[in-house]
Amino acid sequence: MDLKRLFKPETMAVFGVSQNNDSHPANVIYNKNHLRYQVSAFAVNGKGGAINGETVYAKIQDIPKRIDLAVIATKAEIVPMVIAECIEAGVGGAVIISGGFAETGLIDLQNRVVSMAREADFPFIGPNCLGVYAPPLLDTFFIPSERIIRPEQGRVAMVSQSGGILVDHMLKCASEGVGLSLAVSIGNKALIRETDLLQYFRDDPGTDVITFYLEGFDENEGRRFVLAASECGKPVVVLKSGKTSSGANAVKSHTASMAGNYEVFSSVMAQYGVVEATDEYELVTFAESLSCYKKTIEGKMGIITSSGGHGALATDTCFFHGLQVPALSTETRTTLCDAVSPAIQKIASFTNPVDLTGSSTDDDFVAAARLLSKNDAVDCIMMLLLPYQPGITMDLGARISLVHQQEGKPIIAYVPHVDKYSMLIEGFMLNKIPVAHSVEDAVHMAEAMRRYKAC
Amino acid sequence: MLREEIKALLSESRERGWVMEPQAKEILSFSGMDVTEFMWCRDAGEAVHFADKIGYPVVVKVVSPDIIHKSDVSGVALGVADEKALMKVFTEMSTIKGFSGVLVEETLKGMELIAGMKMDQQFGPVILLGMGGTAVEIYKDVAIRMAPLREGDIDSMVKSIKAHPLLEGYRGAPPISMNALKRMLLAFSGLAMEFDGAVDSIDLNPVICNETRCIVADARIMLAKQ
Repeated sequence: MDLKRLFKPETMAVFGVSQNNDSHPANVIYNKNHLRYQVSAFAVNGKGGAINGETVYAKIQDIPKRIDLAVIATKAEIVPMVIAECIEAGVGGAVIISGGFAETGLIDLQNRVVSMAREADFPFIGPNCLGVYAPPLLDTFFIPSERIIRPEQGRVAMVSQSGGILVDHMLKCASEGVGLSLAVSIGNKALIRETDLLQYFRDDPGTDVITFYLEGFDENEGRRFVLAASECGKPVVVLKSGKTSSGANAVKSHTASMAGNYEVFSSVMAQYGVVEATDEYELVTFAESLSCYKKTIEGKMGIITSSGGHGALATDTCFFHGLQVPALSTETRTTLCDAVSPAIQKIASFTNPVDLTGSSTDDDFVAAARLLSKNDAVDCIMMLLLPYQPGITMDLGARISLVHQQEGKPIIAYVPHVDKYSMLIEGFMLNKIPVAHSVEDAVHMAEAMRRYKAC
Repeated sequence: MLREEIKALLSESRERGWVMEPQAKEILSFSGMDVTEFMWCRDAGEAVHFADKIGYPVVVKVVSPDIIHKSDVSGVALGVADEKALMKVFTEMSTIKGFSGVLVEETLKGMELIAGMKMDQQFGPVILLGMGGTAVEIYKDVAIRMAPLREGDIDSMVKSIKAHPLLEGYRGAPPISMNALKRMLLAFSGLAMEFDGAVDSIDLNPVICNETRCIVADARIMLAKQ
């Protein structure tokens, strides 16, 4: 099914807008899109009338423009009628916000909508979902604009079975500076499911990384998903809930008992290069890292720091996450020593981690980063920067980024996330160098690249 | 498509819900996997005759449609050294519920692995490889991959088993034949795909791997519910 008109609509009709309840989901959706988004929004309600001086159309056919997207927030029982109307009017697709389908036991009602849509090749998201967040184009979340935390526009797509989890992930994206191309809450995923969206985002030029919050797959759906993910050419990151199963069946074979649902899920994701996050922080961190670097590393880390403690912590954490911190050759150590300022040549340590000490300056970090970028002993560089040390300026982010642009080796930075250092952080991020807010987070960024299998 | 010969062997077990060891080994052998040299002996004379032929010590296992886990009922005897011991084991096992004879088979030396297959609801057939024996569920040192296996999957499975240094020749011990292991797993993966839903899970435990061979020493095939 073609999802373009659904996700990139020029016009939108919102069904279920109320004349007397301003906080009705349909009203919230209509108002925010009408006032603040690029899409042309029209209100629809069988009773007709007006809302805030704008026409409420009784039927979709009355709207003077061809409608690309229908957002349906009516009572569940009239959804089949609305879908029929949309199909007849040549609408490009729908988001069914309304609940009251399979999740409340009304499977037949849901199936009726699905078979109508399938027959007419009419894509819809939901039901029982928040729908699509795609600023500056549209936003079907029934969350008032002043309440939602808006991540910047970017290149990470988020798909979630749960609307609540999605909004939470968006909040974390906003605080980490991770921009979104599109966020979709798929609710009951009656028609359009994860694998369909994977295929859409594979072809979407605005998306570099595709993330999923998954609850479960239908029969054989996991197989289709990993096969599609492994061929899509873009990093796919997943977070799974329902890892623990209650009331395990009486199991007779050792294999069936050891290969439980989650063990299989996790192993197969890794087998096909899908990066599994263990929590929402990892999900956002992995997405940030992979949106900067769509490549696989072996995980031979070169660590550059001005604090021995940070270097030691990072080394330990790397070890626990399957990354190596290989020793540097005598020749490399000598070259490094020769490259830094004379003031630190005697006090710095040129083993790995390279500890340039608190007396180092921007030039020393740039020199070390450049040398390790040219050195095959490491395939990823981690810079642990402490901007309170006097020799470091706010220019260092942009300068290190230039080293990456020239040398091509992935660089990950750790900088404490406080407003005071935002210029340093932006120097990295505007140049697509990921910046972690903790040493652990920086290690996760490298781990994402180790686990991703580029085709 | 399931080959007719395999389909016939499975259908004999349909009612029981699982395939007894002799038929299971026949299916595996038919699919190109190396299995222990064995004979299903209905009486003690037959057992002694076969043991003489393959040479002591032998392994003796009960065959019974009522027993899925043979070790739980003392239905497995290893290192049976001579005719006297074999007669004693036979007499003891003949009291086990549903006794339908014993399997007499060669004693093999090597590392004990488990290879398994499970029909997963979300991913279809998956293959498991790990350190074998009766304590597998305690150590749970296993790797799982979706079938069909590619050669690279087998390398990564072996590496992800914690005890993999034991397979590669630990402290002077000879390493197992990775080629034999690969051949065995590729044949097993092919069979898993061929079953196409007819089988729920399979335990090949132990698979005995040494410098030259990987031999399935015990097998249990659980059929899917119809």
